[in-house]
Amino acid sequence: MPTIYIDGKPIEAREGQSILEAALEHGIEIPHFCWHPAMSAPANCRICLVKVGMPRRKPDGSFETDENGNPVIQYMPKLQPSCRYPVSEGLHVLFQVPEVIESQHAVMEFLLINHPLDCPICDEAGECKLQEYAYFYSRGKSRFVEEKNHKPKHVIWGPNVIFDAERCISCSRCIRYADEILHDPVIDFVDRGDHVTIELFPGTQFDNPYSMNVIELCPVGALTSRDFRFKARVWEMSFTPSVCPGCARGCNMYVGVLQNQILRLQPRTNMYVNQYWMCDAGRLTQYPFVNENRIDKPLVCTENGTLTEVSWEEALNAFWNKLQSVDAKEIGIVVSGMLTNEDAFALRRFIQEYIPAATVMLMTVEDPEFEDDFLRVRDRRPNTRGVQTILGDFLASLSVEEFREKVESKQLKLVWVIGEDLEQVWSEEGRRIADGADTLIVAASNASPTTQVADLVLSLATYAEMEGTFTNIDGRVQHFIPALTTAERPYRWGMKASRWDKMGAWNDRWSHGPQRHCRPLWQILSATASIAGHSWNYRKAADVFADLSQTVEGFAKMTYALLDERRGIPLGKVDEPEPPVFHYDSHRLKPESEEYRYVQVYDKAEQWW
Amino acid sequence: MNVNQPSERQKMTFWEKLYLPEIARGLGITFKMLIGPKMTIQYPEEKYHPGGYYRGRPVLVLDEDGERCVACGLCSRVCPPLAIEVRAGETEREKERYPVKFEINMLRCIFCGLCEEVCPEEAIVMSKDLEMVFENRESAILGKEKLLVPVAQLQDRLEYLRMHQYYEPPARVQDA
Ligand code: SF4
Ligand code: SF4
Ligand code: SF4
Ligand code: SF4
Ligand code: FES
Repeated sequence: MPTIYIDGKPIEAREGQSILEAALEHGIEIPHFCWHPAMSAPANCRICLVKVGMPRRKPDGSFETDENGNPVIQYMPKLQPSCRYPVSEGLHVLFQVPEVIESQHAVMEFLLINHPLDCPICDEAGECKLQEYAYFYSRGKSRFVEEKNHKPKHVIWGPNVIFDAERCISCSRCIRYADEILHDPVIDFVDRGDHVTIELFPGTQFDNPYSMNVIELCPVGALTSRDFRFKARVWEMSFTPSVCPGCARGCNMYVGVLQNQILRLQPRTNMYVNQYWMCDAGRLTQYPFVNENRIDKPLVCTENGTLTEVSWEEALNAFWNKLQSVDAKEIGIVVSGMLTNEDAFALRRFIQEYIPAATVMLMTVEDPEFEDDFLRVRDRRPNTRGVQTILGDFLASLSVEEFREKVESKQLKLVWVIGEDLEQVWSEEGRRIADGADTLIVAASNASPTTQVADLVLSLATYAEMEGTFTNIDGRVQHFIPALTTAERPYRWGMKASRWDKMGAWNDRWSHGPQRHCRPLWQILSATASIAGHSWNYRKAADVFADLSQTVEGFAKMTYALLDERRGIPLGKVDEPEPPVFHYDSHRLKPESEEYRYVQVYDKAEQWW
Repeated sequence: MNVNQPSERQKMTFWEKLYLPEIARGLGITFKMLIGPKMTIQYPEEKYHPGGYYRGRPVLVLDEDGERCVACGLCSRVCPPLAIEVRAGETEREKERYPVKFEINMLRCIFCGLCEEVCPEEAIVMSKDLEMVFENRESAILGKEKLLVPVAQLQDRLEYLRMHQYYEPPARVQDA
């Protein structure tokens, strides 16, 4: 563990680290554009230059000291890139000194010489590293009066990424990402000097399934998302930490919301799960799961065979009556890996208390083509593992055909499908189950062929509208909070709120978006239990989770606060904390570090004047 | 405070205490104004035409080739009473962004002019329009069709703005 000194402050660095890495880990923000912890350091942006020196030694090997007994430091005549300079015992680094500040000013001035004044139309504005650094580390004035360079502004790199050559600061992060992380090197620099730009190799496209990661990787707005382009300004949105429902990896993400609509999903660093990345499919999951084709309200099939919207009260009464009308043995339940752990636990309790003889089947959705050796896994449901763990013995080991036969032979009269579309997943078999059931109850968030033939449809909340936990494929339990309000939960208490959400009045057109009448399954079940005359006392998801952690072994001692603090906990591992790691965030100014940065800037300014 | 100090009244001379000369002086001004040039106008019949300094209803500038606004949302961010809502879209024009929707709620607007000051494109300016009558809340929310005004009608204000640059960024480091 070499000790290095940054501006005289001793820091315990790790062997093999660079100065920049050690500084960031200890909360000292040295500016950097091209360095990223997951990739090699080319040291080409030069904003991270610092003054580096070592204690001087006498010929006999001992340290030379001045009259006060302090070691004499011999500094290198030229500044060194801290992102590339390895730490060593006794290394002295000067960061907040006029020489370094002057060099930062010079670098920023060079970068801005040919940078267009594009911020008003640039999607990155508001979370742009160049903007931040122009504020913190530049002289704040341009001396450049000549005509700026012009380059193409709308180059389509692939299905999801658009490149704006003028905004690029040639940090090469995207090139290294394609090369070192994706092993799909399709882009590279061409030309030289101020004409340098990035081009695709002839005949190639940047269409990797992980291509959209370059959008956040790019420190400026040169790479933009084709989907999110111009939809909103970042300072207008709220960003809710959440978990991707796209597959069983459970990548951590931020949900960007404006006017109660999801506009974008972007990765959130979690070194234990997805590191810094997410796949493109996961980033666009808001469309199939949340934004489109939703069931707005509970539906009941009337005599003439059409589905009509009813209130929750009516729907729950109908639901309870339908369950009562058949024998518990004749109930078949199909559950999905879309359910949260809380939902699964409430279901377990419901079955235990009211319909213990029911046949429960877990529907898995596997897609071998989706699997790869980076993040994506074949299980397309976020919580299959959790539902399996919680329902455990309740799950019948049946094949789809056996289940279908039971339905067709009328051994199972009532089929209750939770969170899935029978037809889409089981195709022909699923359709026959839906047709064969005397009574079909569907709890779903999206309209599908199965909901069309159902006798009763309960509208389920999606992951974006509820609090809960998912257990990913490695058994890691991860907590997420709601990003959207619903008609059932219309206030943003305990949620992230954007400026509009905070300040709007009810009669402002922009203050509210569409709200759906949907509920999480645990709420539906506890309301049904109260119809049946019992009170479960579940008022929020945390109540269910508390019950769950006491009942199911793997979840023992877990709480939401603990899950948040440790960025998810593997099943049954509450007492074995993982070794701490540094979760690097390239762009977002962290609130806790903001204050620090202001202090730092003021200190710096004082020294300079 | 020293309460024993002589009050204003105690300090007055006899003539000042008498008050009459002051009344006569005030009335003198009144009579002078009565015969001098008139300051007021007979408003609805006679219209008021202010100069470029006037901050009336904020409007969007319409150039020959379309609106100037690029929907950057800065005006909406800076507006103290949150009167402005902007939604952006993509166009084929050189500036790739344009406002799909631009609404100013005139019931919220306080005519502070901050939107005009912050706009990087000089696309929103305060017009001379001072006659705003709305019959209901909805009609007070002005959309793009009501906000866009040809640049020719706004020359006064644009000129005024150029002459009175509000803000010169302070130099952080003295230029060597
Ligand atoms: S990349 Fe950053 S600095 Fe450049 S135009 Fe976009 S927001 Fe502005
Ligand atoms: S496009 Fe972005 S990430 Fe790629 S080199 Fe340019 S600035 Fe860096
Ligand atoms: S600040 Fe100017 S350019 Fe930006 S949205 Fe407002 S009017 Fe349009
Ligand atoms: S004049 Fe002031 S209050 Fe009115 S729209 Fe502009 S910023 Fe808002
Ligand atoms: S971060 Fe060190 S040179 Fe770019």
